[in-house]
Amino acid sequence: MLEGLLIGLQTALSFQNLAMVIAGCLIGTFIGMLPGLGPMSIIAIMIPIAISMGDASAALILLAGVYYGAIFGGSTSSILLNAPGVAGTVASSFDGYPMARQGKAGKALTIAAVSSFAGGTIGAILLMVFAPMLSSVALLFHSAEYFALMVVGLSAIAAFAGTGQVAKAMIMTVFGLIMATVGEGALFNLPRFTGGVMDLQSGFGFITLAMAMFALPEAIFLVLKPKTKGSAEGEIRELRITPAEAHAIAPVIGRQSIQGFFIGVLPGAGATIASFLGYAVERNLATKEEQAEFGKGSIKGLAAPETANNAACTGSFVPLLTLGIPGSGTTAILLGALIALNVSPGPRLMIDEPQIFWAVIMSMFIGNLVLLILNLPLIPYIAKVLSIPRNFLIPFILFFTLMGAYIGQNNATELLILVGFGVCATALKFADYPLAPLLIGFILGGMLENNFSRSMQLYDGVAFIWERPMTLGLLVIAAILILLPSYRARRARHRADGVADGD
Amino acid sequence: MALDRWIALILLGLCLAYGYTAWFAMDAGLAPFMKRAPIWPSTFPKVLSILGTIACLIILMGIEKSDVKEAEIDYRRLHEYKLGQAVLLLLLMVAYAICLRPVGFIISTISFLFLGAFILGERKWLLMFSVAVVTTLIVWYLVQQVLGIYMRPLPGILGD
Repeated sequence: MLEGLLIGLQTALSFQNLAMVIAGCLIGTFIGMLPGLGPMSIIAIMIPIAISMGDASAALILLAGVYYGAIFGGSTSSILLNAPGVAGTVASSFDGYPMARQGKAGKALTIAAVSSFAGGTIGAILLMVFAPMLSSVALLFHSAEYFALMVVGLSAIAAFAGTGQVAKAMIMTVFGLIMATVGEGALFNLPRFTGGVMDLQSGFGFITLAMAMFALPEAIFLVLKPKTKGSAEGEIRELRITPAEAHAIAPVIGRQSIQGFFIGVLPGAGATIASFLGYAVERNLATKEEQAEFGKGSIKGLAAPETANNAACTGSFVPLLTLGIPGSGTTAILLGALIALNVSPGPRLMIDEPQIFWAVIMSMFIGNLVLLILNLPLIPYIAKVLSIPRNFLIPFILFFTLMGAYIGQNNATELLILVGFGVCATALKFADYPLAPLLIGFILGGMLENNFSRSMQLYDGVAFIWERPMTLGLLVIAAILILLPSYRARRARHRADGVADGD
Repeated sequence: MALDRWIALILLGLCLAYGYTAWFAMDAGLAPFMKRAPIWPSTFPKVLSILGTIACLIILMGIEKSDVKEAEIDYRRLHEYKLGQAVLLLLLMVAYAICLRPVGFIISTISFLFLGAFILGERKWLLMFSVAVVTTLIVWYLVQQVLGIYMRPLPGILGD
């Protein structure tokens, strides 16, 4: 392994390749900030450039840089504007945006950068050590287990169900799932619930919904209730992480790097589920006082999804490099690039062309490191976005939500849907319905139904639930994740009642 | 009745309509060979409609007691906030959506950013105009030239 590492280092540290990493990180970060352009589209755009370079290692290094840069850029817009452009960064806005509103935008971005770095680096170490072994684990998962894993992912809604909010969170999740059934399902090829409207044939767009649920209501709230003078809004203070905070998030980063990596290894699960699950798990593990902080600007709640999604991105390279199976849209595009460069990923890659395998791994380390070095000094300037005067900032936010929805679908009807849903979301927000579960339900709904249908077809019924121990185990975990918070709350209430009785 | 229960009522109506489609209307068009499959396109929606209806009823009947929290904005006193500005901005977004194709990206976007700032009370005309023009041109250059996503820059009558 040491020999391989040195080969990789030698390749990755050449002047040309270092320049590639830096260029990739910068391009990725800046384009990734635009909502609507996720890592997948940016990598797709960069492929012609990468292929024309001719050198497979250099091309891969450039693309890895773009990939990591895009993920970090995506977190920036969810933290600063509550406008997540990629499904994987939705969970980062739950706590990142409240932090930015409290004037801690700089700190939030620093935590995001540091946890992304840690997640990516620890993920790369795990990839190095476990890649060959994990390739067989990835194949153990069948659609039944995927279905169960999505259910576990949905249990993240429990994290939003405060006292007396369980039914509301559940309604929102169910509506997210309902919205995911609009349009053609992959397994049936029949338009469903479109009401005959052609524009709905392909379903609602993810970006449209994310913007309508998060960014638009937030902008409307900013319009309705201008901040009084002297509030912390727009001011950037507390850039650094204090030792106490570093101490608090260190275990979170450790746990989520490993958990995120292993979820990322499973083809199809990927960064989105990793980030939601990371958020839910950390919330359940946190102490009572810290739990109350979640959703209101908890540093743990920001560090968990940020670490998990980067670790999962690294994990998704395991099936790509060892089996030649792309586990996500992004890795599928990378697979295309590799084949165009005359490299065929698969079990033989490590033996036939070790320099490429190791160069990719080393470029992950270097990409993460360069990203951290480039971005830490940039953070104060990025955070300055918030100090743009309100009269200009709000039209800009609205414009970017519109642009994100338009670029994704190239369809002006999408913009009307965006405004319509935005108004509905604002009403829901007035009535204190949590909006995040709706989006989680929508994102996971399609995958959930496809995997459920596939396992139903394979087992000719629901027998897969008890015939596959792993499925049953995952479903039990999901039940625990959902029931644990309400059990805790009930116990706490009983205890409080007992104290009151004793008086 | 509080707003959250009114919303639950509306959502219940949606759930029932969805459930009606799933249980009674959808399966009619199913091809005969698909009827032999263990799962139909309507299976999953059927489950969802039941779950949704139960959850809506729980809120509607007030079974679950929730703590009254201080909301960020009290919707009962909505008129005390800058409601006019918000509504105008939403209308502006609708106008933008309608105009984007026929009028072209550049003119619609410049007007959108300019009018947006105007609605919010900005009156530094020159600054507003230059910010709008510069942003529009940068975004257009980025999207059209760098990323290669086509957007019609000028009004349709001037050609593509």
